[in-house]
Amino acid sequence: MLQGWVIITVSFAYIGLLFAVAWFADKRAAAGRSIISNAWVYSLSLAVYATAWTFYGSVGRAATDGVGFLPIYIGPTLMMLLGWFVLRKMVRIVRLNRTTSLADFVASRYGKSALIGGLVTIIAVIGILPYISLQLKAVSNSFQILLGYPEIVMPPKVGSMVVMQDTAFYVALFMALFAIAFGTRQLDAAERHEGMVAAIAFESIVKLIAFLAVGSYVAFFMYDGLGDLFARAASRPDLGILMAPLGAAAGSYASWVWLTVLSMLAIIFLPRQFQVAVIENTDERHLRRAAWVFPLYMLAINIFVLPIAFGGVLHFPQGEVDADTFVLTLPMVQKAEGLALLVFIGGLSAATGMVIVETIALSTMICNDLVMPVLLRTRAFRLTEQRDLSSLLLDIRRAAIIALLMGGYFYYLLAGEAYALVSIGLISFAAVAQFAPAVIGGLYWKGGTRLGALAGLSAGFTVWVYTLLLPAFAKSGWLDAELVEQGPWGLELLRPTQLFGLAGLDQITHAMIWSMIANVGAYLIGSVVRRQSAAEHVQATLFVDVYQQTGEPGSAWRGATSASALQTLVGRFLGPARAAELFMSYARLRGVTSVDELEGDRDLVRFAELQLAGTIGAASAKTMVATVAQEEPLGLEEVMTIIDEASQVIAYSHRLEEKQQELESATLELKAANERLKELDRLKDDFISTVTHELRTPLTSIRAFSEILHDNPDLEGVERQRFLALVIKESERLTRLINQVLDLAKIESGLAEWRTAELDMREIVLESLNATSAIFKARGVQVEMRISPVTPRVMADRDRLMQVLLNLLSNAAKFCTPGSGRVELRLSCDASTVRVDVSDNGVGISAENQALIFEKFRQVGDTLTDKPSGTGLGLAICRRIVGHFGGRLWVESEPGRGSVFSFDLPAAAGAADPGSLAAGA
Amino acid sequence: MRKPSLRAYRIVSLFLLGCLLFNYPVLALFNVGATAAGVPVLYVYLFVAWGVTIALAAVVIEGGT
Amino acid sequence: MAKRVLIAEDEPSIVTSLEFLMRKAGFETRAATDGEEALSLLGTFRPHLVLLDIMLPRRSGLELCRLIRADASLAETRVLMLTAKGGHRDVERGLEAGADDYITKPFSTQDLVERAKGLMAAAGSASGEGQ
Repeated sequence: MLQGWVIITVSFAYIGLLFAVAWFADKRAAAGRSIISNAWVYSLSLAVYATAWTFYGSVGRAATDGVGFLPIYIGPTLMMLLGWFVLRKMVRIVRLNRTTSLADFVASRYGKSALIGGLVTIIAVIGILPYISLQLKAVSNSFQILLGYPEIVMPPKVGSMVVMQDTAFYVALFMALFAIAFGTRQLDAAERHEGMVAAIAFESIVKLIAFLAVGSYVAFFMYDGLGDLFARAASRPDLGILMAPLGAAAGSYASWVWLTVLSMLAIIFLPRQFQVAVIENTDERHLRRAAWVFPLYMLAINIFVLPIAFGGVLHFPQGEVDADTFVLTLPMVQKAEGLALLVFIGGLSAATGMVIVETIALSTMICNDLVMPVLLRTRAFRLTEQRDLSSLLLDIRRAAIIALLMGGYFYYLLAGEAYALVSIGLISFAAVAQFAPAVIGGLYWKGGTRLGALAGLSAGFTVWVYTLLLPAFAKSGWLDAELVEQGPWGLELLRPTQLFGLAGLDQITHAMIWSMIANVGAYLIGSVVRRQSAAEHVQATLFVDVYQQTGEPGSAWRGATSASALQTLVGRFLGPARAAELFMSYARLRGVTSVDELEGDRDLVRFAELQLAGTIGAASAKTMVATVAQEEPLGLEEVMTIIDEASQVIAYSHRLEEKQQELESATLELKAANERLKELDRLKDDFISTVTHELRTPLTSIRAFSEILHDNPDLEGVERQRFLALVIKESERLTRLINQVLDLAKIESGLAEWRTAELDMREIVLESLNATSAIFKARGVQVEMRISPVTPRVMADRDRLMQVLLNLLSNAAKFCTPGSGRVELRLSCDASTVRVDVSDNGVGISAENQALIFEKFRQVGDTLTDKPSGTGLGLAICRRIVGHFGGRLWVESEPGRGSVFSFDLPAAAGAADPGSLAAGA
Repeated sequence: MRKPSLRAYRIVSLFLLGCLLFNYPVLALFNVGATAAGVPVLYVYLFVAWGVTIALAAVVIEGGT
Repeated sequence: MAKRVLIAEDEPSIVTSLEFLMRKAGFETRAATDGEEALSLLGTFRPHLVLLDIMLPRRSGLELCRLIRADASLAETRVLMLTAKGGHRDVERGLEAGADDYITKPFSTQDLVERAKGLMAAAGSASGEGQ
């Protein structure tokens, strides 16, 4: 059943299916229900990494190296872990800058330099051509082998055929058509290809299924499981050493490490990987899923590589069948036709996927970063004056795709036979690894400059050409082999494969060591010899600090132009209708109704530049916009200021965000505090005005009587005496008042002196009674005492305590009805406190007044017929004194039933004085 | 600058672990002729370590979202 | 016939001094030590002048002043406010309530007597026409 027409029909049917998937995805995307905006699809699309190299070549490598093929897949696993940092940053930058390709990305980072963009494109194209040729070789070989069924015949050498009869040529031609159909049907400002990504995700599944199918077939049908297979292999000396292949040859661990590093870089810097992982990414969060799903895919597709390799070596006589073809030839030799066809489709799938994405990515680079900058700068083409360039852009890309595949085909003719699949691929890996210093450095180090990037890329690429490409050409016979074996001009020190005498390493490791030294060294030196230009610094900051940007990057553009001029410009590249649509929606966004009302300010220029950047790349977009908008030169100092301000603002705003919550609660607290302050302020005013009032009252009497006495020298003796007595009485009152105000102020401000000592409470109580006995007698008030026989001593200031007791006793006397008054003084105690109660049978205090009497100047005069003669400060002072010694002062009272003023004080520790006896009343 | 999250530290730690597992000298420990259930230990080790790394990555990077 | 002066003041010693000063100036005086007492005396004593303390217990001087102004039968009664605080607010409120003049404690006795005389002279001429 494996006739030529069957194979071709099935192949085209499969390609047709890929187109259907792509068409469906595009349709869904147009309807706003993207199927590629899905973490699983994203992860699968990354598996475009697994090409014909993986599908056929890994087995070939494993047949000679054992597990030596694995670093190529373990490296990406490690890199995907860091993807959350590195790839996410790139995705963010690409989205903000509408970057279209890796070349555009690097050019953008280094001051939108067209030179860098061009250099990156050239390196990528030259570096990737071997890789494309590898796919062509794999597909055409597998096709020819399958065509030979049921015989197992290795395809003839390329050189022996005419081009027009060479399968590889037609494979290249058809693949070019597929790529053109997939990638250049329309010009998309965002340079995204939803259909292509969906098709890639689909083909990833197909190649995995095909490989797992053949792997299981070999392991479980041809042999009795893995154990059986390995046991048989172990019995053969040539395979036995492959069980533990590391360390057998000098530098094999170094080779392992370098392959790991190389593949870590390749997973980012291969143009097709950059395309699917960064450019086509629709959501940063998909990177989380991809971080483990993609490695898992790698693991799955590699698990049967070694068994197939050993199976092939065991099955086929030595050297008759190329190990690179075991995947296909093993099912063929077992007459498993369907499986063989599935394998062919899987291999075709892997190769097609790679070629489509790679050529689309490269054609974008060639168009935007190589051809357009040249055309735009060449006056002869007068491109800047043409009306519609969009079809020209598409044509350039189509031409580029064809050129790439033809280039790949010719590389295959030249060097394809000399190397195994894996070795060809590794040469490409080493080429794209040269982007690493400029890109990684550019992502994390603001100091990396255009000059440094140019120097690093040039140096690394030169070393790559010398140590890898020249030997490849030499090996294929295209160059004199002596150059490699003897060194140029016979200088052994300069031998490309043992540069400066570095021997004992495999070719890739050797090339990587020297190229990285040259690349990184030149990048660093180039970056530090000269100061960055203003434009470079702007871009460096945009890249390195991308996470701190919220919207579109600020542009240092200061020029002015008209909206219509910009629209015309954008129209030339995107088509006038699309441009009109874009500008109109921008106008609506700005709240104006027509494009003419838009101001040609910095934002509009930036908008136009972004639209263009999505089509022709950042560097060209900048050039184009400059043709219609005159930019005023911007000094470095000025830019630095702008950036410094911006980054300060960013830093501040972040901190502000954090403080927002605190601020809000602080505001509330402040409000409350403010209210309290106002209240305190009011209280203070009240206090001052009350004090003033209280002072003025006695002063009024004193002044009035003094003037009366002065003005009336003829007053009667009795009257004069009465007036003088009033002056004296009011003076005393004034003195008392002043003393108490000062006293209170001292206590409140903490300036009062306290002479604290251990005191016998009974002694003080008795003394205070003695001092007030005259008052009681005068008012006819009876006093009773109940004093506990044993009272602990207290720690207090004797005079202060006396002051409290005198105040309470005189108050009691004052509020008792003269004649029938009764006051009782009680001293009691428990283990820890000493308590004094002073009760009277006076008018009592209403509940609402009980709290007020302890406030300053609050006399409860309204309840009395007479105005109380106190100052209104006594109780306030007493409460503070008792409080100072750790006690409380309070009142219990009912109007009409008298009051009880009480205070307690803590007993001085262990100081009860049983020796002194009770004193009775 | 934002303070790196715990997740970020875990990811970097996992990366360093991966660098250790798939490198000399750990690899050399398994680079012996012995077999486990008929399968060379180096082959078993590489795939098991690889699988464990992937599983940890899934837990660390996607877990708790 | 001597003019009548009502002294509404709660400080006994100030009352004593005011009584002395007013009598010496030739007026007939009565004293009230709280607002209620002053109010009842207003009706019976019908003073030409009230020396009104702004901070009276039971009924404040301001309230009393408003009552005087509201009572048509007391139209010719002049009010001289005595304020101890001397703040603008008190003075304003006193004048708003209808006081004719105010004096701040402690006052000059001479000043007080002159103002009292002045107020009553004005009231006398005004009421004289009416009578």
